[in-house]
Amino acid sequence: MKGWKEIPEGGLILEPGNSVGYKTGSWRAKKPVLDKEKCINCFICWIYCPDGSIVVENEEVKGINYDYCKGCGICANECPKKAINMEEEK
Amino acid sequence: MKVLGMNGNNAVAYAMKQINPDVVAGYPITPQTIAIEKFSEYVADGEVDTEFVATESEHSAMSACIGASAAGGRVITSTASAGLAFMWEMLYVAASLRLPIVMNVMNRALSAPINIHCDHSDSMGARDSGWIQIHGENVQEGYDNLIQAVKIAETAGLPVMPCFDGFIVSHAVERLQVLDDEKVKKFVGTYKSEHPLLDVENPATYGPFDMYDYYMEHKKQEHEAMKKALKIVKDVGKEYEKISGRSYDTVLGYRLDDADVAVVALGSTAGTARAAVDSMREKGIKAGLLKLRLFRPFPREDIIDALKNVKVIAVMDRSDSFGAFGGPVFSELRSSLFKNSDAEIVNYIYGLGGRDITQNDVENVFSEIKDISKTGKVKEYVQYLGVR
Repeated sequence: MKGWKEIPEGGLILEPGNSVGYKTGSWRAKKPVLDKEKCINCFICWIYCPDGSIVVENEEVKGINYDYCKGCGICANECPKKAINMEEEK
Repeated sequence: MKVLGMNGNNAVAYAMKQINPDVVAGYPITPQTIAIEKFSEYVADGEVDTEFVATESEHSAMSACIGASAAGGRVITSTASAGLAFMWEMLYVAASLRLPIVMNVMNRALSAPINIHCDHSDSMGARDSGWIQIHGENVQEGYDNLIQAVKIAETAGLPVMPCFDGFIVSHAVERLQVLDDEKVKKFVGTYKSEHPLLDVENPATYGPFDMYDYYMEHKKQEHEAMKKALKIVKDVGKEYEKISGRSYDTVLGYRLDDADVAVVALGSTAGTARAAVDSMREKGIKAGLLKLRLFRPFPREDIIDALKNVKVIAVMDRSDSFGAFGGPVFSELRSSLFKNSDAEIVNYIYGLGGRDITQNDVENVFSEIKDISKTGKVKEYVQYLGVR
């Protein structure tokens, strides 16, 4: 962690798009786990995720980015196929 | 250099005209209404280039000032009393975002009961908000302090609150030496913000959420900036002397060198106390005065040095800090002198809600502290002066 001499004064953020540098995964109490067998790639989870943590590649839901997922559970709640299950963090 | 007859309000407006700030956002409140009103006339008459924003409240006025300053503009406003109180939340934001906003405060009591006259409750209440606080004695100092405040703020990266006494200074016409417009313009120079919001090539975020992991580091920056401001105030004072012939420091001693007893005061009371010092000296009492010009940052070292030979000190507070051991000037000064002086230090809370303080009142204070210096006995450390 940086000291007071090394950070911009006044709490200013001088680099845009810097939230990638702030990993919020540790906030999670429960983690969403994707069941690929049930997933129909409807992307409803991707639309609803407030953090952009649903990983999509080549028009396919690949999984969840646990570096940023805060475990809010919206994806699990919205999934029409119950393909996402919220599991206790260990 | 011209000599004009002006009251404090008009002197502030005149200085603002000469500074020609980018933005002035204000809201009227007695006793500073005339300053902003007069300045709006300068705007209407095309004598300045300022964007004038008439807001719907002081909270909005300070918010607009913050936005304008973050955008990269030089910003000035003015307020008093309840207006300052209504800005409270935003005062901290201005200081914490390190925005060099200048706001003249014409000190007035706080309600209730409602009162429009002078005391220092308003600015003293804001003393922990991170604003540099300068107190002027008269119209001339009000004018001079405002011009210096611009430079102090922009050098220190902190907002500055030059204060003077409501009505006593704001509404009293005095002799005022004004500088030539060109001299003021050159002295304040052009403000160049390091991170203006309007610079879209170099985007900056002002006021993001700050957690426990960095909040303390940002407060430490403010803490250090305030400490550094002490020298900046001194340096700007010296620089201003070169163009005005009037010298400014953090404190100003009067007949203190051989003084046994001294009064410490800020604002217009310093003038009254100076007259009282002279009359006490005529009576053979070695009296002196320390005028506190700077209250934030608190000029601890200068105070210790100025009062080193004094045996009894009376600190004059024009506001109470209810429940504390004395008024705000007293507790800070006493704490500063702890282990640095053997003097007895007593406190007089005076002049609340504009109650007059006369030369005779200050002479009575000198007589009381003279008794303490003779007997070594203090009856009461904190007293209300002249209360019935």
